[in-house]
Amino acid sequence: MTRPRLVTGARLRYDEVRAEHQMLVPEGVVRLNATAAEVLELCDGERSLDEIVSALSERYGGGDLRGDVVGLVEGLAQRGLVVDAAV
Amino acid sequence: MPPSRPSTLIAELSYQCPLHCPYCSNPLEIGDARYRDELASDDWVRVFEQARALGVLQLALTGGEPMLRRDLPALCAAARDAGLYSSLITAGTLFSDERARALRDAGLDHVQISIQSPDPQENDRIAGNRSFASKIDAARLTRELGFPLTINCVLHRQNLDRIEEILELALTLDAQRLELANTQYYGWAAVNQDALMPTAEQLQRGEEAVQRFRERVGPRVDVLWVLPDLHEDLPKPCMGGWGRTAIVVGPSGDALPCQAATTIPGLELPNVREHSLEWIWTESDAFARFRGTDWMQEPCRSCPLGRQEVDWGGCRCQALRLTGDAAATDPVCRLSPHHDRVVAAREPARTDEFVYRAIRRPARV
Ligand code: SF4
Ligand code: SF4
Repeated sequence: MTRPRLVTGARLRYDEVRAEHQMLVPEGVVRLNATAAEVLELCDGERSLDEIVSALSERYGGGDLRGDVVGLVEGLAQRGLVVDAAV
Repeated sequence: MPPSRPSTLIAELSYQCPLHCPYCSNPLEIGDARYRDELASDDWVRVFEQARALGVLQLALTGGEPMLRRDLPALCAAARDAGLYSSLITAGTLFSDERARALRDAGLDHVQISIQSPDPQENDRIAGNRSFASKIDAARLTRELGFPLTINCVLHRQNLDRIEEILELALTLDAQRLELANTQYYGWAAVNQDALMPTAEQLQRGEEAVQRFRERVGPRVDVLWVLPDLHEDLPKPCMGGWGRTAIVVGPSGDALPCQAATTIPGLELPNVREHSLEWIWTESDAFARFRGTDWMQEPCRSCPLGRQEVDWGGCRCQALRLTGDAAATDPVCRLSPHHDRVVAAREPARTDEFVYRAIRRPARV
């Protein structure tokens, strides 16, 4: 995975009715915790995975978040919900 | 127990359609005056807003053919404003460049196009209308405009052997999803059961083809393969359970827990012209009738498999059609005393002739 982006048609939003972050996709919804939502907001197909990791690590006071970020992105990629903009 | 939040609104905008699919899930009485009295734009806009407030996430704009509504761009814009994720479910024949762009600009999220077969002649014979070429154009245009594309194909005896071609076509058209729904026998499909019921071998080969495709192509195309109920021996949770996840609103505003519920006698359908969606969901008799487990009879009532809240007793319309009682256990269940009727239905008298869906009286074509 070089430059992750959300699959075509995916939309991130906060749902006030259910009080949760969501990624809406054709005929489906992925419920997200706040951190996952932040990661996915950075998956714009421009930033590299490394840039996403360092942006978030910085935001959270320098801890290494690589494992968490890569785990989330790879997991969603396996389900076809995140794709590589570089290929 | 208060009902769960619905997640899907199925908006059947119009039962008019240029196609005549013999498995169409619309009611047989599509020509009735009550279905021609279609909701106004304002009614739909109000329903979308109420749906979102209830918790609905996904909106399916369907029919009939939803492209026949001239106010479709306005309805897409209203869906976007309300915060719903909108899918257009179309046969594709009216999806012109100009109209497709207007829908995109209005905020439509996703386009689903039906094909009847991957073979042009067979497609047109099943649809009762020359439509294959325009469907392919529509699918290409969908991708050109940047929409995610779903291809859907209803499977039955007369097209199941082409499953490999269907899978390849979805890949060629760059579909993100492929819905392979085996025919469910209500609406027009029940009339055409003898022409549609597949053999067990066809289903077996179909499932294997899907499996091979998934292994080869991976998550790039998400293939949904829905086995036909009648070939199983435990039922599915029909519509995710009665009144649990979905609301269907028909062209004239009748709200139903499932598309086939019009066949259930004595079920008074609440109308969105008279009631709010919230009242319909939480208070109406129609949505409460088979919700939860209290209404269940034996064998569901003391289910030895503990599946009451897994399958919710299966499909009410199927129970009605095969046992005469909408509150009976779905006879697909091997514990149902009527399961033999399901087994018998797997081996129908065979015919290749269709009774086509038509607005006027059905005639043999
Ligand atoms: S199933 Fe066929 S006839 Fe029925 S609405 Fe869809 S395209 Fe039209
Ligand atoms: S008896 Fe009823 S609840 Fe149990 S498996 Fe059969 S249909 Fe489902």
